[in-house]
Amino acid sequence: MIAEIGHFALVLALALALIQSIVPIVATRYRDTVVMGVAETTAVAQFGFVTIAFASLITCYVVSDFTVATVFENSHSAMPLIYKFTSVWGNHEGSMLLWVLILSLFGAFVAIFGANLPLTLKVNVLAVQSWIAATFYLFILITSNPFARIAEPPFEGRDLNPILQDLGLAIHPPLLYLGYVGFSITFSFAIAALIEGKIDAAWARWVRPWTLAAWMFLTLGIAMGSYWAYYTLGWGGWWFWDPVENASLMPWLAGTALLHSAVVMEKRNALKVWTILLAILTFSLSLIGTFLVRSGVLTSVHAFATDPLRGVFILVILIAFVGGGLALYAWRAPMLKQGGLFAPISREGALIFNNLFLTAACATVFVGTLYPLALETLTGAKISVGAPFFNATFGPLFVPLLIAVPFGPLMAWKRGDLPGVAQRLSGAFAVAAAAIVVTFAIAGGGSILVPFAIGLAFFVMVGAVTDLAERTSLFRAPVALSWIRARGLSRSAWGTAFAHFGLGVTLLGIVFETHWGAEQIAMVKPAQTLSLSGYDFTFRGLTQRDGPNYRELSANFVVRKDGALIGMMSPSKRSFATREMSTSEAALMTRGFSQLYLSLGDQKPDESVAIRIYYKPLVLLIWLGAVVMMFGGALSLSDRRLRIGAPRPARSKTALQPAE
Amino acid sequence: MTRRQRRFALIGTGLGVLALSVALVLSALRESIVFFNSPTDVVEKHIAPGTRIRVGGLVKSGSFVRTDKLLIRFNITDGNQEIPVVYEGFVPDLFREGQGVVAEGALEPNGTFRADSVLAKHDERYMPREVADALKKQGHWVDDYDKQAGAGGSAKSQ
Repeated sequence: MIAEIGHFALVLALALALIQSIVPIVATRYRDTVVMGVAETTAVAQFGFVTIAFASLITCYVVSDFTVATVFENSHSAMPLIYKFTSVWGNHEGSMLLWVLILSLFGAFVAIFGANLPLTLKVNVLAVQSWIAATFYLFILITSNPFARIAEPPFEGRDLNPILQDLGLAIHPPLLYLGYVGFSITFSFAIAALIEGKIDAAWARWVRPWTLAAWMFLTLGIAMGSYWAYYTLGWGGWWFWDPVENASLMPWLAGTALLHSAVVMEKRNALKVWTILLAILTFSLSLIGTFLVRSGVLTSVHAFATDPLRGVFILVILIAFVGGGLALYAWRAPMLKQGGLFAPISREGALIFNNLFLTAACATVFVGTLYPLALETLTGAKISVGAPFFNATFGPLFVPLLIAVPFGPLMAWKRGDLPGVAQRLSGAFAVAAAAIVVTFAIAGGGSILVPFAIGLAFFVMVGAVTDLAERTSLFRAPVALSWIRARGLSRSAWGTAFAHFGLGVTLLGIVFETHWGAEQIAMVKPAQTLSLSGYDFTFRGLTQRDGPNYRELSANFVVRKDGALIGMMSPSKRSFATREMSTSEAALMTRGFSQLYLSLGDQKPDESVAIRIYYKPLVLLIWLGAVVMMFGGALSLSDRRLRIGAPRPARSKTALQPAE
Repeated sequence: MTRRQRRFALIGTGLGVLALSVALVLSALRESIVFFNSPTDVVEKHIAPGTRIRVGGLVKSGSFVRTDKLLIRFNITDGNQEIPVVYEGFVPDLFREGQGVVAEGALEPNGTFRADSVLAKHDERYMPREVADALKKQGHWVDDYDKQAGAGGSAKSQ
């Protein structure tokens, strides 16, 4: 019964979405504000029905209703409650339902919190959002119904894939979806604006909070996914350039570019054509990501078994929205005229520089991810493009970008003073130079690349602090005055500084981990001791215990540093009877920002085990930096400017004229 | 600077970055792509020792040997040809005899494939897609592989 309620609610959501797709657009033609208002009601109701559908599915999982096919395939009555809950989206059907839940959530948010938007723009945004929603409801109902029943229900479920039985599944997918489905709103804003032909600085101001929100969730979602992969896969790596990871990185890169170009549009009424294009491209990349992951064209830990119809269906959706969006853009964009003159050396120039390199980096990831698929389709040759490709392309493109980061916020609008900015950054240069020299001295020669990367990380971090110091006249004015200025500083200025600082933190973590990380693989017998990076690991034997739905074999290690006991580490292997699968559970010990990482391999009859030991210096900074970036985004989002006092939009006619 | 010059500066920089990324992509593609081969391909194409390739197929039943310490040996088969593989390190949790596997590395002059990574990638059917295609090509694809999932992955190869 509950499954049928869910199914029915989803059908109702589709009906509402169809109404919302057409009625507001027609009503705006006749300027009928009452009928236009319908879109707000339907958007909220749509979210309500999808929530009912989602809650029904959760109920089916929690009560272990194995008459529902997806519950039977992905759940087990002995599973802990949290995993029954999360296995809702640990499979294709359920994750698509989560996808549309978030899509409708954003629609409802626009309806509820978009009070400052002009009614026409608002209802058009809701209509476009509903086009996307309607196609995905159809997709779920036709190809991936999560509520399908089994004629002869079995007594027990087939269990969730053991790799997914982890807290990470509760955190990573919802955050990631909030991010890349969130970009649907910027897409809808862009299409609505193109339909109306009314694009001005106010548009950029309205779309910015949504972009920021989506970007924050995507940043955190990617970081949490990376940490999950790091501790759960047992390989000690935190980024594999896996096509599915790339699928989430591409919208992030495009979204980051969009955030920056929207600033130019908002402040200087320039870069309009480009910003609209980025808004369309960002969500297009999200859709491509959905296609790559959900169509089964890739083999990956993220891919679930699929049937070909799903792939074709998503491909059609993809072509319709990307193609349609770009066609509308090509038709309407030439009508937009650029405003706001500026010199190449200026804040605008710096932001364009940022956009160029971010989109170029995004394009290389795109090529590396899709080239193997294209080649296989065209010639049948199967190739893999791995980390060496991305290191050789993405890396060099990010270096100039990172060097430019501290310069941007210090530049003046319209015409900047590069020598002046460089002078104000002299502190950052000095710290970076010191870091390079110290690293070089400690490392004792070797590649110049590593000291340079460390210097760059410090340059970005100190540069962000310099920006704040300059704005508050720290060290130049009395402390009391700086304090007053700091309090008066806009939240978005703080946000920028935090986000840029976080970038430097992440870079520092990446350089330390990749360059000074140590690794050792060995067979150990009980009482034998292994040493790595000054730590001694003594094997104390194996213990076995029973979990709720698995058996666990742990290898116990005593860890010492300089003879002093610092703790125990017990990496383990879990075997799950239902799926006859086993998973490795790595043991982690945090030392400051560094970690020790043990991963268990096979055991031999004589009690000896294969063990992999890693020392990961400053590895936590990688994810901590992302959290700082997200915090910066949150500060910026809470800026008053984004909420109240938005300027009145320019009239439609004048917006299409040259702004000079 | 006039508006025209500014536009040129902008377009020039844009094209410069574009050219740079195209150059990077092309050179990286030439150096870092790895071709996937079935054991039959490896034999028929006479792939030179030292060339980095991926070999995929099934781990031949009964071929898995753990020699001293961490060195392991197994054969990859597509039903037609077999390639002996040596690998030092951990095999993924899903590595089993009779199941699909993809190894990356290079051939040695004696015809042994020295792998430096054995891939754990898989979908719910525990069968890398490349391997499934290679098996289909050799006519050794059995519908059983699909049904294994239906039986909860309980089908055993031995």
